[in-house]
Amino acid sequence: MNQQAYKPRNPINTQRIVDTLNNLAKYESIKQWDLGASSSKDISVQVDKGKPKQLKGSQRSSITIRVWNKQGLVGITSTSDLSELGLRKAFEGAYQASKFGNPNDIPDFSSLAKEPLTNLHKPIIEFQGIKRLLEILKDAENQLLNMHSSIKNVPYNGLAETNFERIYINSQGANRFIKATQASLYLYARAQEDNRKPRSAGAIRLAHGVKELDINACIEEASNRTISHLNYNQINTGRYLVCFKPEAFLELMGAFSSMFNARSVLDGVSLTKKESLGKKIASPTLSLFDNALHPSNINSCNFDGEGTPTSNLCLINGGVLENFLHSEATARQFGVNPTGHAGLGAKVSVGADWLVIERKEGENLLLNKLKHDEYNDTFILIEGLNALHAGVKASQGSFSLPFDGWLVQNGVKTSIEAATVAGDIRDVLNNIIHIEADQEITHQGICPHIWIDQLSVTGEE
Amino acid sequence: MITIKNSITDIALKSEAFNSQWQSKLENLLALGKAAGADFIEIFLENIDHLSILAEQDSITSVSPSFGMGAGIRVFRDKRDGFVCTNDLSESGLQEALSQALDMLGLEINNLVRNDFDGLHLYRNYGEGKKNWLSESLGLNEASKLLLLGTTKLNDYGKNISVRRGSYSRSWQEVLVAGSDGTFARDIRLHQSIGLNVLSTDKEHRSSVGRRYGTSASPDDFRNWDSDSTAEELCESAQKMLYADYVEAGQKPVVLANKFGGVIFHEACGHLLETTQIERGTTPFADKINNKIAHDSVTAIDEGITEGAFGSLSIDDEGMEPQRTVLIENGVLKRFISDRAGELRTGHKRTGSGRRQNHTFASASRMRNTYIAPGSYTPKQLIESIDDGLYCKSMGGGSVGPTGQFNFSVEEGYLIKGGKLDKPVKGATLIGEAKEVMPRISMCANDLDLAAGFCGSISGNIYVTVGQPHIKVDTITVGGR
Repeated sequence: MNQQAYKPRNPINTQRIVDTLNNLAKYESIKQWDLGASSSKDISVQVDKGKPKQLKGSQRSSITIRVWNKQGLVGITSTSDLSELGLRKAFEGAYQASKFGNPNDIPDFSSLAKEPLTNLHKPIIEFQGIKRLLEILKDAENQLLNMHSSIKNVPYNGLAETNFERIYINSQGANRFIKATQASLYLYARAQEDNRKPRSAGAIRLAHGVKELDINACIEEASNRTISHLNYNQINTGRYLVCFKPEAFLELMGAFSSMFNARSVLDGVSLTKKESLGKKIASPTLSLFDNALHPSNINSCNFDGEGTPTSNLCLINGGVLENFLHSEATARQFGVNPTGHAGLGAKVSVGADWLVIERKEGENLLLNKLKHDEYNDTFILIEGLNALHAGVKASQGSFSLPFDGWLVQNGVKTSIEAATVAGDIRDVLNNIIHIEADQEITHQGICPHIWIDQLSVTGEE
Repeated sequence: MITIKNSITDIALKSEAFNSQWQSKLENLLALGKAAGADFIEIFLENIDHLSILAEQDSITSVSPSFGMGAGIRVFRDKRDGFVCTNDLSESGLQEALSQALDMLGLEINNLVRNDFDGLHLYRNYGEGKKNWLSESLGLNEASKLLLLGTTKLNDYGKNISVRRGSYSRSWQEVLVAGSDGTFARDIRLHQSIGLNVLSTDKEHRSSVGRRYGTSASPDDFRNWDSDSTAEELCESAQKMLYADYVEAGQKPVVLANKFGGVIFHEACGHLLETTQIERGTTPFADKINNKIAHDSVTAIDEGITEGAFGSLSIDDEGMEPQRTVLIENGVLKRFISDRAGELRTGHKRTGSGRRQNHTFASASRMRNTYIAPGSYTPKQLIESIDDGLYCKSMGGGSVGPTGQFNFSVEEGYLIKGGKLDKPVKGATLIGEAKEVMPRISMCANDLDLAAGFCGSISGNIYVTVGQPHIKVDTITVGGR
C-alpha cells in the first residue's frame, strides 16, 4: 500500500492562473475579473457484512471565472479544466456570457475582499489510506451488528477522508486561500424483529481527520436510534404537542432559510420583506445566529465565494428579525456590508452556513417543566424530517413532511410507524412555547430541543 | 504562460474529444489492469458542455455555461470493486488513477498475474450522426428569447402574479466506454429542459406552481415549444391553488393523473426493483420473482428506447444498449433493473441500466423511462368510482427510505365528492409502503403519458422519465392539516 499516492499531487497553481488571466484580460482590454477555484482529493470505503463493497478515490478541480465586459456587464463560466487552454476557453465563455449580463443587477467586487480573515487554526490531518479506512469501517460495522440481535445489516455506511483547497482571486489583488482536511463516518442500520416491519436509523460524525472521529459514539448512537424504533405503532391523526430534536429543527429552519436571505427578499420569494427588519417574526424566546466560524463547524471557511470574510451574524434576536444574509450585490441594495454568505455567479446566490439556535435568556422560564426526557404528559418527539425537497414550499411557508419520531406517553416512547407533520413555518416560529436550555452540537448546526403546540400530524390509522 | 495569437472571440471551441484513436492508449491501460490481476476493468471518459439560463420577470438574470472532461476507472476483483475518478486525462494521469484503483483491491500495476486481455472489440460509434447536436441546439440568443417570451406570456395570462421565472438547461455529453471484456463504444448525448414557474400572492394567500419539460437527442425540440399554452395552464393552476384550502389529513382513495403521476411507481416500487437494493438488503421484493406483488391491473415497464424521452439512451454508461424491461406483468414481478455490478453480485442479468451522473460516480442500476402500462378505463370512470377522495392533478417530488416507506407531494389537488371533482386543495403529501400500496392500484385508465424528471440516488442525479395513465389507489395515507 503506497499511501503517498493519496497525498494531493496537484494543488492549485495560483500564480499560473493569475498570470494567464491577466494576459487574457490585457489582450481583450478587460479590466475587471475574478475567480473562485477548488481542488480536492478524497478516498472513501463502504463495506457489506465484513467485506469491502465499494472503494472510491477522486481527484477533482474546478474553477469559475467571472469577467466584466466593456459595458460593465458580467458573465461567468465554470470548468474542471485548469490547463491554460481550459482557462482560455473559460475566459472566452465568460466573455460571451457577459453579453447577456443583467444591466439591472450588476455584481461588483466585495468591499471586504481584502480585509483580514479570522484564523481558523484548522489542523491538516494525514490521510490514513484505504486499508486503514477499511479496517476501521469493518470493525465499526461489526460492532454495530453485535449491538442488538435485531440489527440485521448496515445497508448504508461509509468512511471517507478528504483534502481540499479553495481560493478566491480578483483583478484588484484580493487573494484568499484555505486548505483543510475532513473525515466523515455514517452508519445507517436496518433492524427487524419476527413478524414485524423493518426499522432503520443512523448516525453521522464529521471531524478534521479520521483519527479525530468519535467512532464509538457514532456506533452507539446508530444502535440506540435503531433499537428505539423497534417498538412501533400507528398513531392517530390529530393535533399534538411536538418537541423537535435539535437536528430536526435545524433541518426545518434550513429548508426555510430564504426567510433570512436578502437575495430571496429582493427576488420576491421570501416570506419576509426588507421592511421586516426590526419586526417580530418568532417567539420572543428564540434567537438565531449564522456562525460559519464556530469551532464545531468542520466545514468552516473564513471567506465566501466573493472573498468576503465570514463571521457570526445574528439573524433573529429574541424573536425580532435583526439581519439578512448578504452577498455584495444585495448588501449594496440594502445599504449594509456583505455578510460572507455569497456564492460566485453573474447572479450571486446567497446561503446560510452554520445555524446556531438558542434560547433568549429571561424569556419563557415558566415552561421549564417541558423537558423531553422528563415530561410526563403526551407529546410527539420528532427525531428527523424526510423529503424536505418535496414537502417544503419555502415561498409559501407551508410544509408537509414525513418524519421519524416517537409518541411519548408517561415517559414511555413508542416509535411512530409512518406519519407526516404539517404546518406553516410562520406559525411554528410564533408558536414556540419552550426552548430547552441545553444546546446540542450536530453535524449541521447547534440547537436545543424546541417545543411547539398544536402541530398537525397525520398517521396511518 | 500562453501566448495570445488570436482574439479570444476567434477561438474555435472544439467540442468533441474522443475517437477511435484512443484505442491503443486505453488498451494499454486495460492490459496493465488485467496483468495486475483484476477480473474486469472499465474506463469511462466524459466530455461535457452545459448551459443554463434563468429569466426573471422580463430580464435574463443568469447565464451559466460550464464545460470539462474527466475519467472514471473501475476495477473489479471477485465481487469487490475500486473506483477512482480524475480530471487528468493525460496518459500518466489515467495510469495513476488506474494504479490507485488497483491498489484499493490489493493489486499492483506492474505485476504480471495474468495475461488474458484480448484487446478492444470493434469500435461502436453511436455518436456518428450526432456531430452537430451541440451547434444545432438552442444558443444563448435563441434560448433567452424563448424564455422571455414565456415570462411575458405568464404576465399576459396571470392574475396576482408576483414572481415569473423561466429556465432553460442544456446538457451535452460525449462519452467513451472501454472495458477489458472488449467493450469499446462512444456516444453523444443531448438533454434539454425548459420550465416556467410562478408565485402568486394576494394578501396572506400564496401559491407557487411550475411546469418543466425535458427531451433528449433532438436539438430542435424546444424551437417550437408552445410557451403560450404552458403559460396559460400554469396561470390557471396558480390562480386555483392561490385560494385553495389545505387538504384534510386521513386515509383516502386517490386518483393520480397521468404523466408525472408516475412518480408514485418510481418512488414506491421502481427504486426497490434496482439490484443495488438487493445488494443492500433493503428491498422487500428480493425473492419475489414470479410472485404477485401488485394488483392484476398493474403492468410496469422500464426502458431506454422511447425516441426523445428524457431517460432514453443509445448505450448505458457501461456501453450496453438499453432494453425494454417488463418489471411487473399483471401484478407479477418479472425482472429487476440491473447493471454490471448488480449482475455480478445478485445474478440478475444486465438490462442496459448502468447509469451515473458523470465520471465522478461509478455506475449503478438505475431507472430510465419507467411507467405503468395503460388499462381499459377512462379517467372519468376512475373518478366516478370514488365517493369521497382526492384527485392529484400535479405532483411534486418524492423519495423512498431504506425500509421501503415512500412519500411524494401533491402540488395541485382536488377533492372528489360523489364521483365528481370538487374544490381545489393544497398541502397534501402521500406516504405509504410499496408492499401495501402496489396491490391497491386497482384501476388504470387508457391515457398513458410520460413526463421528464430528475432522479437522485447512489450514482448521482440522472435524467429519467416517469409515466402512467390515470390510476386509482383504493386507499393511501394523505398527510395534510
